[in-house]
Amino acid sequence: MNAGAEASPSTQAARPHAAGGPAGFVRKYIFSTDHKVIGIQYYLLALAAVIIGVALSMLMRLHLAWPALHFPFVSGGVMRPEQYESLMTMHGTLMVFFVLTTAPQAGFGNYFLPIQIGAPDMAFPRLNLLSFWIIFLAFACMVSAFFVPGGAPLSGWTAYAPLGSLGQVTGPGEGLGQTMWLVSIGLFCVATLLSSVNFISTTIDMRAPGMRLFHMPLTVWSWFVTAILSLLSFAVLLAAIVMMLLDRLAATSFFVPAGTVVSGQLQAHGGGSPLLWQHLFWFFGHPEVYIAILPGMGVTSHLLSTFSRKPLFGYKAMVWATCAIGFLGFLVWGHHMFVSGMSPYSAFAFSLFTLAIAVPSTVETFNWLGTLWGGKIQFTTAMLFSLAFVSLFVTGGLSGLFLAQPVVDNMLHATYYVVAHFHLIMAMAGVFALFAATYFWFPKMFGRMMNETLGKLHFWLTFAGAYLIFFPMHFVGLAGGIRRYAQFTAFGYLSRLQPLQVFMTWVALVTAAAQFLFLWNFFWSLRHGEKAARNPWRATTLEWTTVSPPPHDNFAGEYPRVYRGPYEFSVPGAPEDFVLQSAPQEVSG
Amino acid sequence: MRRGNKRAGQGGGAAVGADRRGNAGSAATAVMLAAVLAALVGAAVYFFVFGNWNPPPAITPIGRDVDAQYRLTLIVTGVAFILAQLGLAFAILRYRDRGTRARYSHGNGKLELIWTFAAAVIFLGLGFVGYRAWSAVRLVPPLPGAIRIEVVTSQFVYNFRYPGPDGKFGRTDPKRISPSTGNPLGIDPNDPAGRDDIVVPTLTVPVNHQIDLLIHSQDVIHSFFVRELRLQQDAVPGLSVPLHFTPEKIGRYDIICTQLCGLGHYRMHSYLDVVSESDYENFIRQQEQFSQQAGGQ
Repeated sequence: MNAGAEASPSTQAARPHAAGGPAGFVRKYIFSTDHKVIGIQYYLLALAAVIIGVALSMLMRLHLAWPALHFPFVSGGVMRPEQYESLMTMHGTLMVFFVLTTAPQAGFGNYFLPIQIGAPDMAFPRLNLLSFWIIFLAFACMVSAFFVPGGAPLSGWTAYAPLGSLGQVTGPGEGLGQTMWLVSIGLFCVATLLSSVNFISTTIDMRAPGMRLFHMPLTVWSWFVTAILSLLSFAVLLAAIVMMLLDRLAATSFFVPAGTVVSGQLQAHGGGSPLLWQHLFWFFGHPEVYIAILPGMGVTSHLLSTFSRKPLFGYKAMVWATCAIGFLGFLVWGHHMFVSGMSPYSAFAFSLFTLAIAVPSTVETFNWLGTLWGGKIQFTTAMLFSLAFVSLFVTGGLSGLFLAQPVVDNMLHATYYVVAHFHLIMAMAGVFALFAATYFWFPKMFGRMMNETLGKLHFWLTFAGAYLIFFPMHFVGLAGGIRRYAQFTAFGYLSRLQPLQVFMTWVALVTAAAQFLFLWNFFWSLRHGEKAARNPWRATTLEWTTVSPPPHDNFAGEYPRVYRGPYEFSVPGAPEDFVLQSAPQEVSG
Repeated sequence: MRRGNKRAGQGGGAAVGADRRGNAGSAATAVMLAAVLAALVGAAVYFFVFGNWNPPPAITPIGRDVDAQYRLTLIVTGVAFILAQLGLAFAILRYRDRGTRARYSHGNGKLELIWTFAAAVIFLGLGFVGYRAWSAVRLVPPLPGAIRIEVVTSQFVYNFRYPGPDGKFGRTDPKRISPSTGNPLGIDPNDPAGRDDIVVPTLTVPVNHQIDLLIHSQDVIHSFFVRELRLQQDAVPGLSVPLHFTPEKIGRYDIICTQLCGLGHYRMHSYLDVVSESDYENFIRQQEQFSQQAGGQ
């Protein structure tokens, strides 16, 4: 039934991958074409980005709690509002692009998609290498924006026009800093487009014999759907970025209307539309939310089944729900624009489609609970993070139902309620899935186990911290606390929210400190962790059939054949409580 | 890199895995996790129901409709939140690894259909219920006698323009914008309709009278948000967006900017003064005198 895949073992034998791989350090670890090395490179890049991103958020939180606090590295001591706005912009940009888009998809997806479908590498290994190094360039470009005259941009990760498109006149950081932001994100788009083509081709063409689409693990499904979303959405963002660069550098007017006057200067633009930028940006920006979270949902499905020792509840429903979320994700961008001045009639359609996304999301949640029901739950650190993911997904998802309704959005738009919502559903749930994936796959990637005691301590502190930081933000928002404010002192009622700001800052400091437990565990275990066997979690998918870490061609020349679906746990009559996808028919009895 | 090339077997890694799973189903962990989830539910319910964080009371009929829709959504999502979190907590307690085999099941198609349809009806229904209020805010045109006021934003200030006795706004010209010479909106002095226009930095309106705002921006995007109105609207260069409301309570309310507009975003602020009919007439008369004096010089 799958002629292309049937033919693959023989063709694969002819590939250079069947050999041991390159010998030199540079070809092996720097400019490698091995998807596993590239996956780890993406992971480490995301780790660097998340460390910077968290550090920026700590500075923001300190300033919000104690606006008069002196910082040693700030000239004059006290943080200026434009500096706060720059921190906020760079925090959002680094986290959304270089962490939540990079680690789950490009990092773990790169490493495990080929192995989980039984392939020796990605379809286009050199393209894979190119994508990573373009992203690296984008990252370097983004971080350097801090050091150019005027500093980093301050128009937020959304870079709304005309604030983002008129240059220095709209604020410090809006000169060269904003241009570098645009160049960096443009490069990021190019790399992500190349990478998504690679993911899609690999999934379609490189599956092992017997790996039917409905035998693919949910992780592979979610990376596949995410790659399709990336292909369709980053292309639009790239176009928008080029248009804004032209507005800034070539005096075009895509996004600037006639008669725009900034600081008394009439701008030499005319005929553009600021809402055009918002439409293009959010046409990318909403699918982007799913690009960040779908891989996490896949990992959660995968781990809940593995550590409940139970087949995933409603596998096909989960696949269709994943596809439905991906599809609907393209029809809802206008819910970011209910109060933007867009036609109020279109709000009906955008609102209904948005509420409709709650349906497949509910299906996913019920199926996760159904997977646990009647299971045999094992509280590994990875499983704890996955269980917490379900809780965070529910909490962050439900607050979306408020914002999905234009009439309620009228009072909550741009408040901290929104900050609470997207940090719980995208940032926290996304990062919890990354932690789960790290604790789960570390043994396969590095051949050693991470320390479970440290891991659990890290889990409890992070789980408590996630809720204690972000849940109170709902109340700040309800009370009228507005996001992206450099201070909550400028006028009357905001000062009532100050005690909550102080509370959240303290919790954030403790939670950020707890992440050193993770970093310590990660780097210590690389050298000193207990040696990992092939299949320490007694899991079912193909990555556990090979040694840890896998050789250059993943399966040392013995490519697996797949006989069954990915979640055959506790099969009656089977000798063990798991049956590998590659175990021949007779083993399952 | 290659350690042994034997065929991957079923029991690979059983030795390491076995002692790792020794306390995998730990009752203490299950109880602790369930307790955290229960505490989350308790705290969420307490603070949403009894917490003192709700915005101040709405001062318009539309504002009360928004509140009603908010409360309905809070109840629906609240029930879903409680059931899902406690369901998760229950599963963690009940189905922790107790040494018995898990149930072998791939799901239940009938249940799948039931919760898909239930979710669709509840969540889409919520949206349909809310549309009446949205229509009243955004789709119903203002009353013929509504007071028209222009809201004009620029980096970090609001200006409000009243048409004056002639009821007409004068022509504006971006080239004439000059806050320092007292013409922040660039009103064209050659247009007679503009000579009696009143431009002030705060918004004063009479109580129980429909107000019809026309909102736009001179530079970047700002916004007009008054919590007590439950209304928010971006001010966009190149667009004039209408927004109408009928305030029912005399008082001073904050107008704040909610759209990131640059370094002064956090302090971009003005006031909505809802005053009695007679106070409003006094205010207008006074402003007209000012503008006549200014015009006469």
